[in-house]
Amino acid sequence: MELYLIFPELVLLLCALLVIFSDLLGARKEALAGLAVLGLLIAARLAMELVGPDKGGVAFAGAIVVDDFALIFKFLFLVSTLLVVLASVEYVERFEGVAGEYYAVLLLACVGMMLMASAQEFITLYLSLELTGISLYTLTGLLRDARSSEAGIKFLLLGAVSSAVLLYGIAVLFGLTGTTSLPQMAPAVASGFQENRLPLLLATALLMAGLGFKLATVPFQMWVPDVYEGAPTPVTAFLSVASKSAGFVVVLRVFHTALGRDPLAADWAAIFAGLSLASMTLGNVVAIQQGNIKRMMGYSSIAQAGYLLVGLAVVPQSGVSGVLFFLVSYTVTNLGAFIAIIALSDKLNSDRISDYAGVWQRAPFLASGLALCLLSLTGVPPTAGFFAKLFIFNVAVQQNLLWLVVAGVLNSVVSAYFYVGVIREMFLGAPVDRTPVAVAAPVALALFLAVAGTFILGVFPGPAMSVASAAAGSLVP
Amino acid sequence: MAEIGLNHYLTLSALVFCIGLYGVLARRNAVGILMAVEIMLNAVNIALVAMSRYVGPGGQPTGQIFAIFVITVAAAEAAVALALLIAIFRTRGTVDVEEINLLRW
Repeated sequence: MELYLIFPELVLLLCALLVIFSDLLGARKEALAGLAVLGLLIAARLAMELVGPDKGGVAFAGAIVVDDFALIFKFLFLVSTLLVVLASVEYVERFEGVAGEYYAVLLLACVGMMLMASAQEFITLYLSLELTGISLYTLTGLLRDARSSEAGIKFLLLGAVSSAVLLYGIAVLFGLTGTTSLPQMAPAVASGFQENRLPLLLATALLMAGLGFKLATVPFQMWVPDVYEGAPTPVTAFLSVASKSAGFVVVLRVFHTALGRDPLAADWAAIFAGLSLASMTLGNVVAIQQGNIKRMMGYSSIAQAGYLLVGLAVVPQSGVSGVLFFLVSYTVTNLGAFIAIIALSDKLNSDRISDYAGVWQRAPFLASGLALCLLSLTGVPPTAGFFAKLFIFNVAVQQNLLWLVVAGVLNSVVSAYFYVGVIREMFLGAPVDRTPVAVAAPVALALFLAVAGTFILGVFPGPAMSVASAAAGSLVP
Repeated sequence: MAEIGLNHYLTLSALVFCIGLYGVLARRNAVGILMAVEIMLNAVNIALVAMSRYVGPGGQPTGQIFAIFVITVAAAEAAVALALLIAIFRTRGTVDVEEINLLRW
């Protein structure tokens, strides 16, 4: 039996159930967080067992594949969930008795994403997508206030519509090829391209629309600012990194495995180039006008999705390793920024950027961590964000997509305005009150890990880059 | 009169999908939008089952199984949606999407 290939997911699932039961039996919130952390560490340890040549494989009649590409994403999801759990130990006070459910559903979302990374067949893919989706809708609406519920229902309704569109695309592809397995689909798509060009393009467009929602790219980004603002801040952090990476793992797998052969690949690459330009421009320009830091980070994440799409706009498939490195660096950087925002907003009781004035004097550790992560998001060396952009733009230059790179660089300059604006407010603004902001130890640890990751990737990008290349090689040989 | 074939089912499916999409865009009541989404998902089910019957892998009910999963997931999604709607109704006394507008640019 190939059951061992999904041991990490099974352990997490078990851990989620354990958390719920311990909560029922009246365990303390700290114990629940500890249990979740333990489960994540065991899952990571088990996933480690699958690393290495001829360790992975295919399970369940080709529905699940464990290769380097899937594994890098599994670790990414485990790390982001771990950091979010650590960062929310204080914030869970606001959940009024549903803290246990919060940790359990967070773990379930992580299970869904890890399965998504491995799914190689459309039914499995859809189910893991929805496991993640429904968990995230629940998490978004978990606070018992009007904003959180509103964000939850908006997220759910738009998410359900996007799933329906995605499913319609899958149905068309299924009809054209007679299979739901991605690798088996590839030859049928390639051989039937001439007579089926129109339905194939229709299916591709529907898939792009459905998955574009998960990636939060223009023109499917309208939910992002509302949901980011209304959701509990740790959930926003989770959405901005894990959910986006999950979207990208599906897009990369589907488009490169099933639809990756020319001339169809050239068609979708051109569309992704357009979406990329639109996303980064809209995200950055609108982010400038935001006064709420969660909304600003929402638009910033739309812009970052735009940079990431540059890696999908290049053919033939040379952009995958750049996308992987960008996602890794984006995950640590954006999580770092959000962990600081979680701690600060919780204590300041405000998400307004103007209320961050002079935070440097009240919480030097949080303020400098946030500043460093924001600089990395801008792409300033020597941080992770610099190399992420360098690698992804470098491939585009080699592929004669110079216009897109120029747009990307110009956008980075625009983005500096609002990222540095927050830093200026924190360091030069005058604080209204001067009481120091206390930081809980787990939150400080999470922030330290994220900031350390941002620095290490910025100073020694080599090892991470070679891991990303190996993983890309297992997707597109 | 020609026999009913794949094209008929696909046309029906496309029509139902468009009706659902129209409902999503035109409805003001959140429960109505939810129902419209369910219609879109059912359109997909029609397409999946028809594809499976006419052009699918020989003898294997892949499309039918997919449709059953879609129905199951839709039910789970509806449960979460209704729970959120009840929460919204308790705080505001309405489920009209025009009035659920605390979050704005």
